[in-house]
Amino acid sequence: MLKKRLVAVLILRQGQVVQSIRFKHTNVIHYDAVHAIEAFNKWAIDEIVMLNVTREESSREQFAEVVSSVSRHCFVPLTTGGWIGDEDYAKRLLRNGADKLVLNTAFSDNPDLVRTLSKRYGRQCIVASIDVKRTEEGDVRVAVDRGRKIIDADPVMWARKARDLGAGEIFFNSIDHDGARKGYDLETLAKICGAVDLPVIAFGGVFKWEHLAEGIGAGADAAAAANILHYTEQSTKKAKSFLANAGIPVRREGRHGA
Amino acid sequence: MTNPSVAIIDYGMGNIRSVLNAFEEVGAAGVLVDNPENLGSFEKAILPGVGAFKEAMENLDESGMTAALNTYVSKGNQLLGVCLGMQLICLDSEEDGFHEGLGYLNAHVVPLPREAGLKVPHMGWNAIEFRCEHAVFSDVESGSDVYFVHSYRVKCEDESDVLATSNYGVPFDSIVASGNVLGMQFHPEKSQGVGLQLLRNFISLK
Repeated sequence: MLKKRLVAVLILRQGQVVQSIRFKHTNVIHYDAVHAIEAFNKWAIDEIVMLNVTREESSREQFAEVVSSVSRHCFVPLTTGGWIGDEDYAKRLLRNGADKLVLNTAFSDNPDLVRTLSKRYGRQCIVASIDVKRTEEGDVRVAVDRGRKIIDADPVMWARKARDLGAGEIFFNSIDHDGARKGYDLETLAKICGAVDLPVIAFGGVFKWEHLAEGIGAGADAAAAANILHYTEQSTKKAKSFLANAGIPVRREGRHGA
Repeated sequence: MTNPSVAIIDYGMGNIRSVLNAFEEVGAAGVLVDNPENLGSFEKAILPGVGAFKEAMENLDESGMTAALNTYVSKGNQLLGVCLGMQLICLDSEEDGFHEGLGYLNAHVVPLPREAGLKVPHMGWNAIEFRCEHAVFSDVESGSDVYFVHSYRVKCEDESDVLATSNYGVPFDSIVASGNVLGMQFHPEKSQGVGLQLLRNFISLK
């Protein structure tokens, strides 16, 4: 049976792992991302997502180097993104050991890039990051450019568009829920899961293990978290135990998983 | 035997770096081989691969790697096909038409079933159930989870070639072996402790 995945997210700003609260990044969690990976490797994380949220595009080189050093220690799928604006940089991240590419702004500003990368590396390699924000009128709309630009797009429509452009998976986050400790935006998450036939990774807002289970319950194939996994001792082990006790099929450590 | 070297066949398809990293982690020297002439000096080789079957076979044929692999395998050297690499060692594939493969394994590549509720590709962690005893299973438990990403599956004609099966809508062959040729449908290099142990075992195969 296919297991539900527990995904650790590393938010990187200028090469350091930082805490994210409503897309603002202040506290540094790890100065060296490799330390975070080494801990997760011991604790049966199912996948690592690394996002470069630095405001400056010039951070691309440094991020690619961090991907390279992290990949040497990462023996689960490694998904990377942030500032993927051209084919060469996408290739560089993959050559440096990334398994999948996360794209966000390209789905609005450069759809041809998404199509090209999907055709070249396969749909399974392309993850559509969809960030949403609730407007003052109460509508949920898609945000691009590291959450700075709200576009007039409905998340469900956007998810379908992402699939049509060649995405093989969706990484969902809500700016209102990010770091807000109240769990995922379950309403929007469930709508997206019901609308597209792609695996969906839920992210943004996990503060209790129950929140992970809620995301799976809303239809997600994978439950992702950042801060809580970094700050809790043996976090992934505890999270997995909780999910298993809640009747959710998860990968448990084998004899050699430890 | 110290620091045994393994040829990692580089033919422009897939994540070579992950495979290199994994071999380094288990104490073997992975050597990228893109020149077919260099394959002859190895006794162990891995054929990785992510992407389309047709393009992969074209790359192998045009570079002369197909001929080099035929010689390599006929001499009794060990070959491990991973993911697309496992499909390439089969007779043929129905992916995007009908295409002949390397033909080291009496098996065909067919699509995963499209059923309600089953997303394709089959992506994520799923269990391998052992169908026999084999040295490649040393220190690995039947039922362990490994990481899959694929839309097509291998169907062996000879049941004796099936070492392990997995289940996604239908049971499918996830580890196969025919003589000196092995195949793994999942990514051992991305399957954490279990995957690394399988690679360790491949290195140690006599």
